[in-house]
Amino acid sequence: MNSSLKIELGRRYRFSASHRLHSPHLTEEENCRIFGKCNNPYGHGHNYVVEVSLSGDIDPATGMIANLADLDAFVERQVLEEFDHKSLNEDVPAFRDKVPTTENLCIEIYQRLKSFPKANLERIRVQETGNNSFEFAGDNLEGNRP
Amino acid sequence: MEELNGKAGSTPFELPNRRGKQTLMVLLTRKIEFAASHLYNNPNLSAEENRRIFGKCNNPHGHGHNYALEVTVEGEPDPVTGMVLDLKELKEILEREVMQRMDHRHLNYEVAELAGQIPTCENVARVIWQLLDPKITQGRLHRVRLYESPDLFADCYRNGAAGAGKS
Repeated sequence: MNSSLKIELGRRYRFSASHRLHSPHLTEEENCRIFGKCNNPYGHGHNYVVEVSLSGDIDPATGMIANLADLDAFVERQVLEEFDHKSLNEDVPAFRDKVPTTENLCIEIYQRLKSFPKANLERIRVQETGNNSFEFAGDNLEGNRP
Repeated sequence: MEELNGKAGSTPFELPNRRGKQTLMVLLTRKIEFAASHLYNNPNLSAEENRRIFGKCNNPHGHGHNYALEVTVEGEPDPVTGMVLDLKELKEILEREVMQRMDHRHLNYEVAELAGQIPTCENVARVIWQLLDPKITQGRLHRVRLYESPDLFADCYRNGAAGAGKS
């Protein structure tokens, strides 16, 4: 393999979920002031887009960093099954005591996917709407694109 | 030029390379699209293994995609032109190196640089990098991103470059 080049594979997944931004450590008034509309007690939802970036050597026999079927099955099991058409606050244990902002969602998805056995997880990017997105690359600061 | 020099003392624009030793690296991206067909088959594997590993992509008659290619060049804007490189020139390089080779072609049979390789998104991105890198002489190739579909893409960087994570 040509080691002067670094190749990454990027794959996008989609799920829809609801959330409510609310911290039990803040007063009702503070929650309302900080989180605004996102603090609405009944929650609201988004169509999230998750971008998974992997790196590794290209297997000369397959031309692939990782077989997409393996990656798809892993992401389905680790993330989509538990997040899609769910309430992040109520249905995902990690968000019982953590505000389900997309920053925290990005970190949670990174932690769920970093054990993918066939390639290195470089970073997770989560798009909450067409106008905002968040990236997390673990402690791999260079993995954050400029 | 003369006029520019004459006004340099009073120009309201701060020229990037006059800020002491600090360099301001700017990334410039151009996007093109091409349509091509391909199939995944490794002749060293049995027909059954090929089907198992490559699934639908192993269909012997091939299939196609609308590929989208984003080419990012890094560099300091020239103080006179304000450009990292002339976009016209980049467009011509992309036309010559990528469009003429790959647009409306079968990647397995018609692209010499891919001979003997499975034309996955990863391999096609790498070949495009290898074609473009020596041709881009103003600025420096920073990233090649090739989308096979809106949900699948490969990125190619120089190893160790900013923007590429550590291995």
